[in-house]
Amino acid sequence: MDALTTPLLTGSATGAILLMAALGLTLTFGQMGVINMAHGEFLMAGAYATYLTQQVISGSGLSVLVAIPVAFLVTGLLGLLLEMSTIRWMYRRPLDTLLVTVGVSLVLQQLARDLFGAQGDPVTPPSWMRGSIEVAGYAWPHRQLFTIVLALAAVALLHAGLKRTSFGRRVRATVQNRELAETLGVTTRAVDRSTFFIGSGLAGVGGVAISLISGTNPTLGTTYIIPAFLVVVAGGVGQVKGTVIAAFAIGIATAFLTDWTSGSMAQVISFIAVVLFLQIRPQGLFTVRTRALA
Amino acid sequence: MTASFLGEDYIEIRDLTVDFDGFKAVGGVDLTFLQGRLHFLIGPNGAGKTTLVDALTGLVQGTGTARFRNRDLLAMKSHQIVRLGVGRTFQTATVFEELTVLQNLDIADGIHRKAWSRIGARRRVSERVAEALEVIGLTDLAGKPAGILAHGQRQWLEVGMLLVQEAQVMFLDETVAGMSAEEREETGDLLRRIAPGRTIVVIEHDMEFLRAYADFVTVMHAGKVLAEGTVAEIQANPTVQQVYLGASKEVEVDV
Amino acid sequence: MTTDSGAISDVAETSTPMSRAWRDPRFSPANLFRSYGGLIAIALLAYALLVWAPGELTPFRLGNLGKYCCWAIAAVGIGLAWGRGGMLVMGQGVFFGLGGYIMAMHMKLEATGPGEVPDFMSLYGDGTMPFWWEPFRNGAFTMVAIIVLPALISFLLGYAILKRGVKGAYFAILTQALAVAFSTLLIATIKQTGGFNGLNSFSSFFGQKLNKSTKQDIYLMAAGALIICLLIVWQLYRSRFGELLVATRDAEARVRFLGYDPANTKLIAFVLAAVMASVGGALFTPLVGIISPSNVDAAASIMLLAGVALGGRSTLMGPALGAIAVGYGQSTLSETYPTSWTYFQGALFIVVMLFLPGGLASLWTKLKGLMPTRSPLDRRPVSAALAVGAEAAK
Repeated sequence: MDALTTPLLTGSATGAILLMAALGLTLTFGQMGVINMAHGEFLMAGAYATYLTQQVISGSGLSVLVAIPVAFLVTGLLGLLLEMSTIRWMYRRPLDTLLVTVGVSLVLQQLARDLFGAQGDPVTPPSWMRGSIEVAGYAWPHRQLFTIVLALAAVALLHAGLKRTSFGRRVRATVQNRELAETLGVTTRAVDRSTFFIGSGLAGVGGVAISLISGTNPTLGTTYIIPAFLVVVAGGVGQVKGTVIAAFAIGIATAFLTDWTSGSMAQVISFIAVVLFLQIRPQGLFTVRTRALA
Repeated sequence: MTASFLGEDYIEIRDLTVDFDGFKAVGGVDLTFLQGRLHFLIGPNGAGKTTLVDALTGLVQGTGTARFRNRDLLAMKSHQIVRLGVGRTFQTATVFEELTVLQNLDIADGIHRKAWSRIGARRRVSERVAEALEVIGLTDLAGKPAGILAHGQRQWLEVGMLLVQEAQVMFLDETVAGMSAEEREETGDLLRRIAPGRTIVVIEHDMEFLRAYADFVTVMHAGKVLAEGTVAEIQANPTVQQVYLGASKEVEVDV
Repeated sequence: MTTDSGAISDVAETSTPMSRAWRDPRFSPANLFRSYGGLIAIALLAYALLVWAPGELTPFRLGNLGKYCCWAIAAVGIGLAWGRGGMLVMGQGVFFGLGGYIMAMHMKLEATGPGEVPDFMSLYGDGTMPFWWEPFRNGAFTMVAIIVLPALISFLLGYAILKRGVKGAYFAILTQALAVAFSTLLIATIKQTGGFNGLNSFSSFFGQKLNKSTKQDIYLMAAGALIICLLIVWQLYRSRFGELLVATRDAEARVRFLGYDPANTKLIAFVLAAVMASVGGALFTPLVGIISPSNVDAAASIMLLAGVALGGRSTLMGPALGAIAVGYGQSTLSETYPTSWTYFQGALFIVVMLFLPGGLASLWTKLKGLMPTRSPLDRRPVSAALAVGAEAAK
C-alpha cells in the first residue's frame, strides 16, 4: 500500500508545483504565443519575494499568505515591464522573442546572485504548515497539501476568469481574431498587457509554493522552465484543462520513477516519455481544431 | 507524358466530407473535374470551396473518395499528391521572397530532378523554367527577388511554378482577387492558353471574370453542391440567383 | 505579360542559347561575387588561423583560440540549421558533448594501463568498466563514432520530431529539453561517465604525448576542421539544396505543394549541424583537457547560440566569427570581471535580437546599401512567422 500511496501523494505535490510553474505559461505562451524563457526567473522572483516578505513580517504565521499577493504583484509588474519594453515589438518573431527572453533570464539570474548571493536562502514554513496528516500510513506534510490547494485554487480562478469575466472574453476574442476584436472595440494592446501581467503574476504565486519546498536559489528558474514548457506542450497549448492533467500525470509518474530509479533518471525518462507522447499526439492532450493555415 | 494518361486525367470526387469537430465544412460532395476546360468553383464565403481544395491537396483530412490516375487523393500526403500531378495556389500568394523569380521556378522544377543533384549549384536552367518565364511574362524580372513583385506578378509566378511542376491539375484559389482589370484579362488569357490538356479549377468571387472565362461552373453553398452547368445555365438557375448571384453585385463592389 | 506568342511550343522548340543574363547567371559580376566572395573570406580566415596565429600567439593563447574554433565549428552547424533552416537548435550541447565524451573516453582509456580501469570508476564504483567503454580503446572506431553516432542519433531524433511537423518554438523547446536531459543523465551516471566532474587527466592523444607540439597540432586540426566545415556550408549555400532550405524556412507549406517533403530537407541540415557540433566537441576535449556536463548542458548550448546570433545566423562567416568573438569575450571579461560576463551575454541576446536580428553581418550589408530598408530576416512573410506550430494543428 505504501509503495503506491507515497509516490502518489508526493507526486501530486510535485504535479502541483509543475502546474503552478506552467499555469502562467498557458496564458503567455498558450493565449499569446509568446515564449518567455524568463518565466523561470519569474518563479525565482516569486520565491525571493516570499523570502523578503518573511524578513519583514517574521514571526507571524501569516507571512506566506501575505507573500502570495506580494509575489503576484512583483512578478506581474516584472512581466509587464518585459512586455512593454521588448516583447510588444516582437509579436511576429516568436523565435527572436524566445532568445530575447533567454537574455532577460540570464540577466535576472545574475542579478539574483549579486543581490542575494549564490547560495540561496531558506524560507521557513509557518508553524501551521509544519505538521503532517496521516494518509494510509504515510505522513503527508501539510506543505505538500498546501501546494496542491494553492495550485487548484489558482486554476479555478484562472478558469473562471477566462470563461466568466468580460476580461476573459476579451482575451479569447483577441486570441481568436485580433483584427476583428479590434474593430469590435477591444483594446488589444491593453489585453496583451493584462494577459502578460496575470501570466507572469501566476509565476510569482508558483514561486511562493516552490520556496516552501526548496527555499530560494538564483538557479531555481532553470530547474523549472523546461519541465513547465513540456507540461504546457503535452497538455495542449492554451488548454488549462490539459495543463492540469499533464502536470499531475508528469508529477506522479516522476515520483514513481524516482522510487524505482533515481531523481535524475526519472527526469530523463519523463522527458523521453513526453517526446514519445508528442509523436502520438503532436497537438498535446487537448486541441482546438482550426483551419488556420496557408 | 499526357498521352499515356489520356482519358484518366480527371478527378472524380464521391461523397467528400470534411468535418471540423462536428461542423461539416464540406458535406458529402460529388463532383467531377474534367480535363481541358476552365472549371469555376463559386459560392458565398464559408461555402466550403477552399476547404474542398484543402482536402483534395492533403491539407485537411476528408472522408469519401477523390480518384485521380487510379489513386485516392484523400489517402495521400500533400507532397505525394503534388508528385502525382496536382498543384495549387493559395489565396494569399506565397512565393519565396528572398529568392529570385528564377530560383522560385527552379525550386518548382526540382520535382523532376534527383534528390542528390541538389548539392550542386545551378549551372543552367531547364527548358521548362525558361518556357514558364516566357509564358507568365516575367523573363525580364528573372533575376529579381520575388519579394519585390507586384501582387498580380506574384500570382503569375505561382501559376508559373505550377507550369514548371507540369501539374496536370491546377487549383487556383482566388487568383485574380485584387488584380486590376488589365491584369485580370491577362490572367484569363493565360489560363485559356494553358487549359488544353490540363484540368484547371478556379475558385472565384469575381462574376465578371467568371462570365468572361468559365467553361463550366459549380456553385457551392453551405458545404454542398448547389448547381452545376455552363455560365448561362447557372445564371438562369433561380436557386443560385437567390443564394449567390443576387449578392454578386455587392461582392463586385467589395472587390 | 509581355508575350503574345501564346504558343508554348514555340518557346520549347528554340534551343536555349545561354546568352541572356538570367539564363546563365554565372558570369554577372554580382553573382560571381555572391558565389565566390565567400571563398575569399574563408581563405582569409584560413590564413589567419593556420598561418598567422601559430606564429604569433603564445601556446596558452593558441590553446584558447583552438577552444573558440571548436565552438565555431558547432556554430557553423547552428547557422545552417537555424539561420538557413529556421530550426532553432537549443540543444547543440548534446552533440558537442557526444563528440567530446567519445574522444574523452578514448583518451581516458589511453591514459589507463592495459587491464586497468579509469581511475574514477574505482573511486566511485566497484572498479569494473561498463562494456560499452571497451570499443573506444580503438582509435579508428573512436574517429568513426565521432561522426556516425551523432549522425545516427540526430537522424532518429530529427526524423521523429520533424516528420511530425514539430517546428518553431516547439522544436526549440524540445531540443533544449534534450540538453537538460543529457546533462542530467551525465551527472546521474558518475560511475560510468564521471558525473559532475566529467572526464579529465588525459596523457596522450592518439599515441602522441600531450605536450606543446601535440597541442599545437590539435589546434591546427581544430582550425582546419573549422575551415572544412565552412567550405561544406559554402557549397551548400550556393547549391540548389541551400535555396530549397531557405524556401522551406520561409514558407514550409508552399514547399510541400511543390512536391517536396520539407521534413527531409530540414533533416539533412539538422544531421549536418549535429555532426559539426560533435566534431567541435571531439577537438574541444584534448585542447581543454576536460569535458564535463557544464560544457554540454542547456547553458552551454545557449552560449553556442550567442555567437551565431551576434555574427549573423543566416550568413556564411557570421556564426563562426561570432562564436570566436563570444568565446574571446567570455575569456577576457570573466578574467577581469567574473560576474559581468553573464550580464553581458544576456544583454547581447536582448540587443541583437531586438535591434539587429540579422547579426553584425547584416549591419555590414546595411551599410553597404545592398539592403536599403530592412534586414533580410525581417522581410520574411508574416504568414511564415505566424505559421509557427500551425502545422501541428493539422
